Amino acid sequence: MCSGRVDIEFILRAFAGGQDGVFIGGCKLDECNYVTHGNYDALSNTYLTKKILKHLGINPDRLRIEFMSGADGQLLAEKTDEFTHQIKSLGPLGSSEGLKKEEVTFNLEAARKLVPFMRLVERERLRVPVKSKKAYKDFFESEETNALFDKIFSEKLAVSRIIRLLKTAPLSTGAIAEKLGLKPSDVSRHMISSSRHGMVRYDTAGKCYTLVQA
Amino acid sequence: MTFTEVERVEGEKGNFSVTLKTRPRYIIEDRCTGCTTCVKYCPVQYPDRFNQEISMNKAVHVYFSQAIPLVAYIDDSCLFLKEGKCDICRGVCKMDAIDFKQTPKKVDINVGAIILSAGITPFDPSVKEEYRYREYENVVTSMDYERLLSSTGPYEGKVLRKTDKKHPKKIAWIQCVGSRRVTPGDNSYCSGVCCTYTQKQVILTKDHDTEAECTIFHNDIRSFGKDFERYFQRASAYPGVEFIRSYAAVTKEIPGSKNVVVRYATPDEGVKEKEFDMVVLSVGLNPPAAYKEISEKFGIDLNSHGFAKTDSSNPIKTNRPGIFVSGAFQGPTDIPESVFTACGAGSQTGELLDYRRGKLSTQRVYPDERDVSQEEPRIGVFVCHCGANISSVVNVPSTVEYALTLPNVVYAKQQIFSCATNSAKEITDLAREKGLNRVVIAACSPRTLEPLFRDTLREAGLNQYYLDMANIREHCSWVHSKQKEEATQKAQDIVRMSVARASRLEPLQEFDLPVNKTALVVGGGIAGMTCALSIARQGHEVHIVEKAKDLGGMARRLHTTLEGLDVQTYLDKLIQKIYQNPLIHVSHEATIKNVEGYLGNFTTTIETEGRIKEIKHGASVLAIGAEEYKPTEYLYGQNENVFTHMELGQEIAKGNETVLNAETLVMIQCVGCRNEDRNYCSRVCCGHAVKNALKLKKHNPDMRIYILFRDMRTYGFREDAYREASENDVKFIRYEPEDKPLVEAVKEGKKTVLRVTVPDYILGKRLELDADVLSLAAAVIPSESTKEIAGLFKVTLSPDGYFKEAHVKLKPVEFATDGVFLCGTAHYPKHVPETINQAYGAAGRVLTLLSRDTVTASGSVAKVTEYDCVSCGACITACTYQAIEFVDTPKGKKAWVNPILCKGDGLCNAKCPTNAIVLKHFTNDALLGQIDAASSAEEIMAEMDAVLEEV
Repeated sequence: MCSGRVDIEFILRAFAGGQDGVFIGGCKLDECNYVTHGNYDALSNTYLTKKILKHLGINPDRLRIEFMSGADGQLLAEKTDEFTHQIKSLGPLGSSEGLKKEEVTFNLEAARKLVPFMRLVERERLRVPVKSKKAYKDFFESEETNALFDKIFSEKLAVSRIIRLLKTAPLSTGAIAEKLGLKPSDVSRHMISSSRHGMVRYDTAGKCYTLVQA
Repeated sequence: MTFTEVERVEGEKGNFSVTLKTRPRYIIEDRCTGCTTCVKYCPVQYPDRFNQEISMNKAVHVYFSQAIPLVAYIDDSCLFLKEGKCDICRGVCKMDAIDFKQTPKKVDINVGAIILSAGITPFDPSVKEEYRYREYENVVTSMDYERLLSSTGPYEGKVLRKTDKKHPKKIAWIQCVGSRRVTPGDNSYCSGVCCTYTQKQVILTKDHDTEAECTIFHNDIRSFGKDFERYFQRASAYPGVEFIRSYAAVTKEIPGSKNVVVRYATPDEGVKEKEFDMVVLSVGLNPPAAYKEISEKFGIDLNSHGFAKTDSSNPIKTNRPGIFVSGAFQGPTDIPESVFTACGAGSQTGELLDYRRGKLSTQRVYPDERDVSQEEPRIGVFVCHCGANISSVVNVPSTVEYALTLPNVVYAKQQIFSCATNSAKEITDLAREKGLNRVVIAACSPRTLEPLFRDTLREAGLNQYYLDMANIREHCSWVHSKQKEEATQKAQDIVRMSVARASRLEPLQEFDLPVNKTALVVGGGIAGMTCALSIARQGHEVHIVEKAKDLGGMARRLHTTLEGLDVQTYLDKLIQKIYQNPLIHVSHEATIKNVEGYLGNFTTTIETEGRIKEIKHGASVLAIGAEEYKPTEYLYGQNENVFTHMELGQEIAKGNETVLNAETLVMIQCVGCRNEDRNYCSRVCCGHAVKNALKLKKHNPDMRIYILFRDMRTYGFREDAYREASENDVKFIRYEPEDKPLVEAVKEGKKTVLRVTVPDYILGKRLELDADVLSLAAAVIPSESTKEIAGLFKVTLSPDGYFKEAHVKLKPVEFATDGVFLCGTAHYPKHVPETINQAYGAAGRVLTLLSRDTVTASGSVAKVTEYDCVSCGACITACTYQAIEFVDTPKGKKAWVNPILCKGDGLCNAKCPTNAIVLKHFTNDALLGQIDAASSAEEIMAEMDAVLEEV
C-alpha cells in the first residue's frame, strides 16, 4: 500500500473520531518504491484536506505530511516531536478554533459525505500536471485554486450540512439558518435547488423542510 | 556464510571442490535475534569500522543496521577474548546465543561454478604526502564523508568536523585522488565513479545546509553515465557551488581553527591558496586488497592494475573455465553495471549448470487451509518481549491482559521472542488448539518478519492474510524508552487498532499463472544476439526479430574496440552460433504489428519477409540499439574529407589513402550532444577518438593529430589509451561550448584545406589548424523506432528518448512493465564490452522468469465491484502499471483489474468516486475500522464527561 492510498476520508474520519492531529508519512518525493510516484497523490490529498479543514473552521496545521526514507529515523523522530508540540500547543480539536466538539464532528461528518464529489473535482479541475514539490505548492496555494475551491466546495458543504441537520428533525429556513450560522437567503436558495433534486420537500402544513426518505 | 573465506579451490568447471574457512563470530547465528541487548551492556568502546572509525562502537555489535544476517558478532577488542575477563553479554542474552568457545571452522563444499564479486578497496590517500590525510583532522576521504552524510553515520546524519563538532561551512572536494596518475602509489586508470559521487555529496551537503559553500577542484568532469550530465548541471546550479578546473594540494593547517589550506592554479590567476573548514578527498577505486591471493587461490589472471583479466568479447569470463567475475573486480564500475554484470554472471553460470537446475530444491507442503469465512472472528494476540527490547519499556503482561478485554479476542499470550522457531511453533499449535481464525502479533515492524508469521499461519491451516502485526517496537518501545507508562498505553492503543483491523480481514488467494517458456528478442545486434544465445543455452526457445536483412546491427560498422577486439570476426562467429542453435529462430526484415498479453503470456504479431507470424512468448527483450547522429555542423556532408568517428574507423579499415596519408587530422568531440537539443553525453566518442588516433599514429607516426574536446571522458582503463595517445604526440585542445571551433574550407596553394580555428586556453590565443581530414564525434541518438516499440510493449522512455529502466541502479535491465527487459545501446550509449555485459545481464533476469513454471500474483490486489462501477475511468488513469482496463459486460463497460499486473499500491482506491474499486487487504472497511479504534471507548467517554462538567 502506497501513501497515495491514504484517502481524504481516512483523514476526516480520524478527526471525526476525536484525533487532534493527523500525520501522514510518505516516501521521499521522486524516490518512489513503486514506479507510480503515488506520494504526489498523498501530497495533493493533503492540500485538499487542508482546504476542507479550513472551510470547517479547523486549523489546517492539524494535518501534516512529511516525506522520508526508511533510513531517516532521526528525521521522523524530529518531525514527530515538532508536530506533537504543535498539536499540544493547539490543544484538543476545536479548542483553539473556538468550536464545540459536536459542531466539529457535525461539520466533519458533513464534509465526509462530499468525499466522492471531491474525487471527481480533483480529477477534473485540481490535478497538477508537473510532479514537483514546487509545482504542487504553487498550484494549491494560488489565488486561482483557492477561489475555484471555495466556489465548488462551500455550496456543497452548506447543502451537506443542512441535509445532515434535517436528519434530526424537519426545520424551517429560519431555524436552519440560525442553527448553522448561514444567511437565510442562502439557505432558501439551497433548499430550492435541493427540492428540485428531490432531496428535500417543503411541508406546507408544518412550514418546514423535511428530508425525502430514500 | 559470512565471516568466511575461500582457502582452496580444486577441480574444474561443473565440479569444483572448495574449502571454506569460517572465523568465529562468538554468536550462535540461529539463536541471535538481532535485539542488540548485548550491545547496550558491553563495556568496551571500540572505533566503529563501518563508520570509518570516526565514532565508537562496542566489542559486541551488529556491523550495521541493515546487515544480513542481522545478528551480532564479537570482535577482538572483547575483554573476555583478550583477558578472559567480563562476560556480561552472556548474562544478558536471553537466547543464550553467545558462545566464546567457537573456533574457526573448515568446510568443504562441492560447486559447479564460482562467481568472483570481490569488489574494490577505496584508495588510501595517506600514502600521498600532498593530501595530509590522517595528519590534518579536517581532511577526510569521500568514504568518510559518505558516512558523515548518512543518517546511520557517526553523528546520525549531521556533518560535523572532528576537531570542534561544528558544521563545516566551507568545504572543498579534490578530485582524482589516487587516479589518473603514473606517480608511485597512484593508479594510472580513471576510477569512473568519483565525479558523480562528488556531485551527489555536494547536492546532499546543500540539502543538509543551504548555506554551505562547496568548491570542487577537478580535472575533466566525466559525466558519461545515463542522466549524469543533467546531474552535473543540477549540482553546479546551486548557489555557493563552484567547480574549478585545477589540480590541488593540501598545504597547511591553520593553528587554532584547524582549517585547511588548499593550493591550486587557474590559467587566469595563476597559483592561489584558499582556506576551507573541511577538505574531502575524492578517492578512487583500488582492486580488492587481497587481489594477489585471489589470483593464486582461484588460478585466474589479473591485468596490470590488479583487477581480473578479461576478454572484451565476454568481460564476465575469466581465463579459468567455470570461474566468472562480476562487479567492480572487472575494473572500476558503478552500481548499474555491477548489477548487470552480476545478473550476467548468473546467466553464464546457468549456461554451464542448467542441466541440474532445481535438483537440490524441495517443495514445502502446508496443511490444507481451513475455511473460517462463516465463523465469527476469533483473534489470538501474541505480545513479544523481544528480549528486553519491548519489555524493558512496555509492560507486556498488562498489554496481554488488556488485549483480552478487546472485542473478538479469545486468546492472548506473551512470548520472549515471537520470531524464534519454538515461538512460531507455539503460535501454530495454539491457533489449532484454541480455534483461532485470526492472529495479531504485537512485536516489530512487518517489514522484516511479516513473511515469517504469514508462514506460521499457513502452518496452522489458516489463510496467510488473516495476520496483522502491531508494531510496538519501532513505533513504540524504541522511541519512548523514557516514558514507560505512556509507552504501555500506546502499545495498547496500537494493539487495539490492530485487533480492529484483524477482525475485518478477509482470506485472499494468491494464484499461479503458467509461464510460457519462450523468449522474444527484438533486435539482432550484439546485444540482442548475445542475450538470445545465453537464453537458448539454458534450454529456452528464442525468437529474434530483426528489422534489417542481416543480423549484426551497428557493430557491422565497427572494426576494433579500444581493447583490441576484432569486431567483425567476433560478429561473424556470433552470427554463426545464432544460426547453428536449434532453439533460436530469426525473423529478418521484420516489423512488429501488435503485442498483447502480459508477464509470462505475451502474443506478438510480426510481419517478416512479407508474411504475418504470431509468436507466443513469456518474456520480451528490447535490444533495438541506437543510431549515429548525422551532423549538420562543421561542413559535414559538404566536404568529402569530413567524417564521423565511426566513418573514420571504417575508412581506416578500408585503407583510404586520403585518411592514412593525411598530414594533419583534426577531431572535434561532442558534436550533436551535450547541448540543448541532446542534454546527455554519448559516452563512447572519447574512446573512439583515442582509438582512431592511436591507429593512425601507428600507421604514420608523423601525422599531426589534434583532438578538440570539452572533457576527455576516457573512463576506466581507457585512460591508459588516452595517455598513450598523448605520449605519441596527439595534441589535445580543450574548448568551451560558448566558443566552439570554427571550420572553413580554404584554398591553400593547390589544395583545399579545412581550416579549424579554436581558442587555446593554456596558451591564451586562437589557434589555426589546417587539416586534411576532419573527424566529428557525432552523437549517439536513440533509434528511430524506439517510440513505436515503447508504445507496443507499454514501456516508458527517459527524457533523452532512450528506454527507461525500472530503476536506474537496482533494476537496470528490466522495465517497470513486468516481463519486459532491455539491453544494449537502446538503454543508453555504451561500448561493446559494456553492451555484452548488459546483454548477459538481461538474459540472467529473463531466466529468473522463464525458469519458473508459474508466476504468483499477490492476494493484495485491487478488485472492482462491477455493480458500483460508473465507468468513469478514474482508476484507469491512476494506474501506472496499466493493470486496469474496460471490459464489456452485460451492463456496459466496466473497469477490470488484471491481478497479475496490479502491484497493490491502492492509488485507484483513493480515486474512485463510488468506492467500486477496492484494494484487497487494505479495504476501507478494515482501515476505517482501524482508524476508528484509534480512539478508545474510554477516551471518548472521558472527553464527553469533560464537556458535561463544563456545562
